[in-house]
Amino acid sequence: MNISRADVEHVAHLARLHLSASELSIMTEQLDQILAYVQKLQELDTTDLPPTTHAISVCNAFREDRVLPSLSQKVALSCSPKHNEEMFQVPRII
Amino acid sequence: MNLYELTVAEAMSRMAAGDISSEALTRSCLDRIDQVDGEVGAFITLDRDGALEQARTADLERKQGRVGTLCGIPVAIKDLLCTRGMRTTCGSKMLADFIPPYDATVVEKIRGQGGVIVGKVAMDEFAMGSTSESCAFGVPQNPWKKGYVAGGSSGGSAAAVSAGECLASLGSDTGGSIRQPASLCGTVGMKPTYGRVSRYGLVAFASSLDQVGPLSRDVTDCAVLMNAISGHDHRDSTSVKTEVPDFTSFLVEDVRGLRIGVPREYFSAGLHPEVERVVRGGIDLLRRAGAEVVGITLPHTEYCVAAYYLIAPAEASSNLARYDGVNFGRRDMKAETLMSMYKDTRSAGFGAEVKRRILIGTYALSSGYYDAYYKKASQVRTMILRDFQAAFELCDVLVSPVTPTPAWRLGENSDNPLAVYLSDILTISANLAGIPAISVPGGFSSDGLPVGIQIQGPHFDEGVLLRVAYILEKMLGVTRMPSLD
Repeated sequence: MNISRADVEHVAHLARLHLSASELSIMTEQLDQILAYVQKLQELDTTDLPPTTHAISVCNAFREDRVLPSLSQKVALSCSPKHNEEMFQVPRII
Repeated sequence: MNLYELTVAEAMSRMAAGDISSEALTRSCLDRIDQVDGEVGAFITLDRDGALEQARTADLERKQGRVGTLCGIPVAIKDLLCTRGMRTTCGSKMLADFIPPYDATVVEKIRGQGGVIVGKVAMDEFAMGSTSESCAFGVPQNPWKKGYVAGGSSGGSAAAVSAGECLASLGSDTGGSIRQPASLCGTVGMKPTYGRVSRYGLVAFASSLDQVGPLSRDVTDCAVLMNAISGHDHRDSTSVKTEVPDFTSFLVEDVRGLRIGVPREYFSAGLHPEVERVVRGGIDLLRRAGAEVVGITLPHTEYCVAAYYLIAPAEASSNLARYDGVNFGRRDMKAETLMSMYKDTRSAGFGAEVKRRILIGTYALSSGYYDAYYKKASQVRTMILRDFQAAFELCDVLVSPVTPTPAWRLGENSDNPLAVYLSDILTISANLAGIPAISVPGGFSSDGLPVGIQIQGPHFDEGVLLRVAYILEKMLGVTRMPSLD
């Protein structure tokens, strides 16, 4: 077994997802199959091989530190489910 | 001939001659949509009035001598790209009512060239899928055969072009999502080199793999669209400053002396014999046209699906963390707590495939598993990149199938995500390596389903892809549109 039900529950919590009991069962099974498949990569010797995160690497994509137009506060808030004209409103954080 | 059957180049020519107006052309597409979209199901959001207004504006601009390269051409946009003031759902309940306050760069460019944006088309939720069946707003069907998939994730983009609902569309490709639906629906579809086209305003799935690209009825149109959308954008720090050539300059029917690489690993046991027949037929035509055919090996091909299905979900898990009920999209909150807002919103907003990938990605990046999964996959990615670099020492382009089979029935494989993942084996490597690739219609299976031919090339050499695709298209003379009656 590559991943347990408890593992999936833990990962779901990390990803801020709630899974029902049946979803948890199905996901555990499917994730286990997928992880079993990706074990294939262990066949390859990758010692000392640098990882590639970007095939085309752009280094130091800087621009001048000039203020350019951006979204107004009103527009930036406009898509939010709840705001008070100044800020996004959310339940108590601390 | 119906106006919606015209290619972009043909339509531009006829509008320039004063034969037809953009308004008439746009009406023709809108009528076609009325006629067939009930069955094809390509559109999530249709903007009839807006389209006609844009068309009238284009006609006026043309009269005043301001003629953009897409002046008056009806175009559909994958619902993954932000369109200011027009609902953008990404095929997800998470964004069912999201109205972006800005246009993606590519949308700005299309508008800037006078393109008429007809509406937003269907896709797999957040671009995760190969059939568009996970679209929360209706599943597009293959216009060539009822009950068959249009492919994914840009299924709507391909179906709309194929069915004559627009003259061209934009899609996105992270693991094959432009090329595969293009192949299954019999259109041209190109994934540019990573960084060639701006991703600003493209809702992110996997940031190191995503690219926006065109779907069109022929190769000439593909080149015209590539000209319109390519170029550096300071708002996308992964976009490159490499000069953009005039892609139409590569549309020359000459491949004499060109080295066509045939990668043996793409012609393995799982390949449908009719797909093989079509592709080898194309290679043969190229040989007879004077190209040199070279056997090539891409030895790490068999590992690309495993690498991709760790890297892409990992990047996705990070990108989709923003859907938390705070700044945009839906908010669900059963209890007045932050955790409830996060979990309820995300659980209600995301479909099963998206959740599955978020879980795989989160796991692959988590403490204790990062090295064995994400890092390992990234190292294998280096091997895949080097395979291509070695191959391009020996050939100028690679010609191969796009998908192992033609389109399959809707609903097949619903319980078997892994089987669907494996069908991406022929397209995934190009995204991992960042190389450009195109699918061009090659012929049909005996059931009348389209089969595409894939051409892959070195970084920034979209030109040679267009050249090979162009001559293939001329030699093959494949029927462009399904009858849909």
